[in-house]
Amino acid sequence: MSARRLFLLGGITLILTGMFFGDIFAVFTLHQNAAQVGANLAAAAQAAVAGNRDAVLANFQNVGAFLENRGTKVDTHVHMIDFGYLALLLAVLQPWVAFTERAKKKLAWLFLAGAWLLPIGVYLIHYVGLAHSPMKTIGWASIAADSGGLLVLIATFACLLGLWGHFRGKPASLADKLLSDRSTEGRMLFAGGIALVLLGFFHGAYYAATDLYKHEAQDYSLLAQMSAGAAAGAGAVVEEALADYGQLQGAKAVNIAAHAHSIEFGLLAIMMAFFQPYVRLRASWKRLWAGALLLGSLLLPVCVLLELQYGLVAGGLADFAGLLIIFALLAMWIGILRYTGELDAWARPASGPGAPQ
Amino acid sequence: MGEASVRAGSAAMSGSRRLLIVGGIALAVWGMSYGLWYAVFAEHQALDSIGASLAEGFAAAADRNAAGMETSLQQYREAKYIYDRQVDVHGHWIGLAMVLIILGIGFDRVNFSERLKLFLALGLVLGSVVFPLGVLLQTMSHGPLPRAIAIAGSAFVIAALLGSAAGVVARDSSRGAG
Repeated sequence: MSARRLFLLGGITLILTGMFFGDIFAVFTLHQNAAQVGANLAAAAQAAVAGNRDAVLANFQNVGAFLENRGTKVDTHVHMIDFGYLALLLAVLQPWVAFTERAKKKLAWLFLAGAWLLPIGVYLIHYVGLAHSPMKTIGWASIAADSGGLLVLIATFACLLGLWGHFRGKPASLADKLLSDRSTEGRMLFAGGIALVLLGFFHGAYYAATDLYKHEAQDYSLLAQMSAGAAAGAGAVVEEALADYGQLQGAKAVNIAAHAHSIEFGLLAIMMAFFQPYVRLRASWKRLWAGALLLGSLLLPVCVLLELQYGLVAGGLADFAGLLIIFALLAMWIGILRYTGELDAWARPASGPGAPQ
Repeated sequence: MGEASVRAGSAAMSGSRRLLIVGGIALAVWGMSYGLWYAVFAEHQALDSIGASLAEGFAAAADRNAAGMETSLQQYREAKYIYDRQVDVHGHWIGLAMVLIILGIGFDRVNFSERLKLFLALGLVLGSVVFPLGVLLQTMSHGPLPRAIAIAGSAFVIAALLGSAAGVVARDSSRGAG
C-alpha cells in the first residue's frame, strides 16, 4: 500500500472514529454532563445565598470536574477528526513530497501514531489526573497527548520539507489522475463543499458581528447578578440568573457548533471530491453517497442551530444527519479499500525522490 | 513566488497553487506549534485561574464580601476573555490552513487567469494569517485596532473564497455553454 493510501485510509478511519465517538458522546454524555454542571452551579449559588462558603467551593470543584470531563471528550472528538482531515490533505500532497516512498510510509505511520496518541491521551486526562506525575499541573495522560501532538508536528513538518525540496529542485513530471478527475460525483462534492465552507464563514462572521461580544458581556453580567443576588440572600434573583445563564450557554454552543461543523463538512466534501477515482463502487452508488454526504453536511449544522427553538426534534434530525455522513464516509472508505489499481502505480517503480510519473 | 507556473506533468503547479499549499502547510505547522506551546505552558494555568476566580467570587458572596466578589469576578472575566481567544486563535489558524491547502489542491478548477488567481491566493493567505493574529492581539489590547485587524483579515478570507467559488462556477458555466 502506498503512503498516499495509508494516509487516506488512516485519515478516513480517524474521521469516522471521531464522528462515531462524537455521536456517542452527544447522546450519552453531553446532555447529562450539562445537567450536572447546571445543577452544581445552582447548588453553589444556593450555598452562597445560605452563606455556606465551604459548600460553594465544594460545588465549584464538582463543576470543574464535570467541565474537565466534557472538555477532554470534546477535544478527543475534535482532534481525531482534524487529524483525519490533515491526513487526507497529506495524502493528496504525497506526489509532491520529494522523499523515497519508504520514507514517506514511515512518515505516514509516524503521523498516524501521533494522531491516535493525542486524542487517546486527552480522553484519559480526566481519568488519570495527576497520578504519579512528576509535574504539578500536567499528568501522564497530558504528557502522552502532547507527545502525540509532537509526532504529528514532526511528520507534518517533514512533509513540508519534502514539498520544499520538490519545489527547489527540478520538479519531476507528475501525472496525477486523482486531481484531474472531473466526474459528476467529484464535481458535486467540490462545489457543495465550497458552498458549505462559505456558509460556515458567513455564519461565523454574522455571529461575531451580532452576538459574540453580547454573549461575553452577558456571561459576566449573569454571573455577577447571580453572586450579587446570593450575597443579598435573594433566591429568586439567583434562580432567574441561573436559568438565563443556561440559555446563554446553549445559544453559544449551538452557534459555535453550527459554524464549525459547516466548515469542517465542507472541507471534508472537497477532500472526498479529490479521492473519488479511488472509490471502487458503481457510478450511481458513488453519486448516491456523495449526495448523502452533502445532505447530511447541510442538515447537521442547520438542525444544530435550530435546537434552541425546536429542541429534541431538531436534535434528533441532527443526529440522523450525523449518521448519514458516517454511512456515506464508510461506504467511500470501503470503496477505497477495494481499490488496488493503477493510480497507486506512481508509488511503486523508482521509489526515488520525486518518483511519481 | 517567482515564476507564474511550474510545469508538473499533466497538472500545472502554478504559482497561486504553490502559494496556497506551501502557505497552508506553514500556517498549519505554526498553528500546531502555537497549540503545543499553549497546551504545555499556558492552558492548564488559564483553566485553573478561571475556575479559582469564579469559585472565589461565589465564596465571597457567601461571606457577604462585595469587594472580594467584584474583584474575583473581574479576574474571571479577564481570564475567560483571554482563554477563549487563545483557543480560538489555535483553532482558526489550523482550520484556515486546511482551507488554504485544500483550495490549493483544487485551484486548477478555478477558471480565472493566473494573475487573478495569484491575487485571490494572496488574499486568502494574508487573511488567514491576519484574522487570528487580530484575535490574539485582542488579548493584549482591548482597543479597536486588534478588532479592526481581525475584521479585515476575515473580510479578506471571505472575499477571496467568494472569488474562488465564482471561478469554479465560471468553469462549469463555460462547459455547459460549450
